[in-house]
Amino acid sequence: MPSLGADMTTGTLRKWYVKPGDHVSRGDVVAVVETEKAAIDVEIYEAGVIEQLVAEPGQQLPVGGVLATLRADGAPRGWVRASPAARKLARERGIDLAAITGSGPHGAIERADVERITAATEVPLAAPAPPPIPPPPTLPPPTAPTPERSGIRHAIALATARSNREIPHYYLETRIDMRASLLHLEQLNAQRPIRDRILPAALLLKAVARAPAAVPALNGYWLDDGPQLQEGIHLGVAVALRQGGLVIPAIHDVDTRPLDDVMAAMRDVITRARAGRLKSSEVTDATITVTNLGDLGVETVYGVIYPPQIALVGFGRITEQPWADAGMLGIRPVLHATLAADHRATDGHQGAQFLTSLAQLLGAPQTL
Amino acid sequence: MTEAEIETILADVVHRVAPEIDLTHVAPDDDLRQALDLDSFDFLNVLIGLQERLGLEIPERDYGKVRSLRSLVTYCKAAQR
Repeated sequence: MPSLGADMTTGTLRKWYVKPGDHVSRGDVVAVVETEKAAIDVEIYEAGVIEQLVAEPGQQLPVGGVLATLRADGAPRGWVRASPAARKLARERGIDLAAITGSGPHGAIERADVERITAATEVPLAAPAPPPIPPPPTLPPPTAPTPERSGIRHAIALATARSNREIPHYYLETRIDMRASLLHLEQLNAQRPIRDRILPAALLLKAVARAPAAVPALNGYWLDDGPQLQEGIHLGVAVALRQGGLVIPAIHDVDTRPLDDVMAAMRDVITRARAGRLKSSEVTDATITVTNLGDLGVETVYGVIYPPQIALVGFGRITEQPWADAGMLGIRPVLHATLAADHRATDGHQGAQFLTSLAQLLGAPQTL
Repeated sequence: MTEAEIETILADVVHRVAPEIDLTHVAPDDDLRQALDLDSFDFLNVLIGLQERLGLEIPERDYGKVRSLRSLVTYCKAAQR
């Protein structure tokens, strides 16, 4: 059972797409797993032959539990490619290596993969005893219609509570002059049919993905008391669901993809997020998250970091504001960009460099 | 095409973008995006839907003219001529 998010502790197998003897390739969807948030298409990360389906549809398993066994291509039966450190850690924590998808060379399982799996369920061993909690006051029963406690609400409650409990957030904010960016998009879109138009939201994603080139320390995870920085820049995009709640699918390698491609990927992933058709890699491997609340009016958002990530970038609405430049006062379209970052992993100095880099990139949109 | 026909097509397009939305609850002069909670992607999808059904390309500079149900229908009707 893969960990499909920091808030996931168990999952329910809904459906198998494979049977014993089937050959699978990296990226194939092999099963549907239901979490509290959504049904997710689970992809396999290694090529091989399905040996045995261990779990049955309907069965609930903890993260790390065995769904099926796979014989990797070219490997003898029962052999799993893993680093010695990963094997040791898995043994200590009682995790079956066969249940983990590796991120190392040729799909090898590395220590970080084992840590990622356990991060979701782990309870710190040496945590001091919490102070006694006073009994809750007697409250009157709810008088307004109260929605039922939903799975997605519960999942968000777990992740955000963990984030604010464990991650020492710091927040930075800057105002960005969006004149050059909006002008660039206007010129670009004027020559395009509606279907190919690019929204400011896509340009913002592109800029966020390019900023870690200046400050790599913000792209990755904080796991096991240390930073684990990532080379690939996979942006988690917070998508509000109409029935309430949100999901954060990832768009992969945004830094290296052309703007048109990023726009298309954004449309695709938002549509599938709302239809409940996301793939496992999309809900697990974001390296930094972006939340854009500008569409319906707010100017500034101070976000909650999605653990175990290090940073979250927030955008508000672009509004016309007075702007002083070179001794002159003018009116510019202004965007409030914020950064919420983990102070264990980075300092305000790096965070400030990140936002400065972001503003510079948006000032030269033709380079994005 | 009459205004009523355009409204029917618009309701259908909005339904495809956001199935749970009921356009009949929207007053003619309400800001559509705000009243229906449409983000910029939803709104773009509505415009793409209208383009497919009416063959009408609404340029970006005219977005300000199509904010409400009434103004959008008027715009589409005028553009047909």
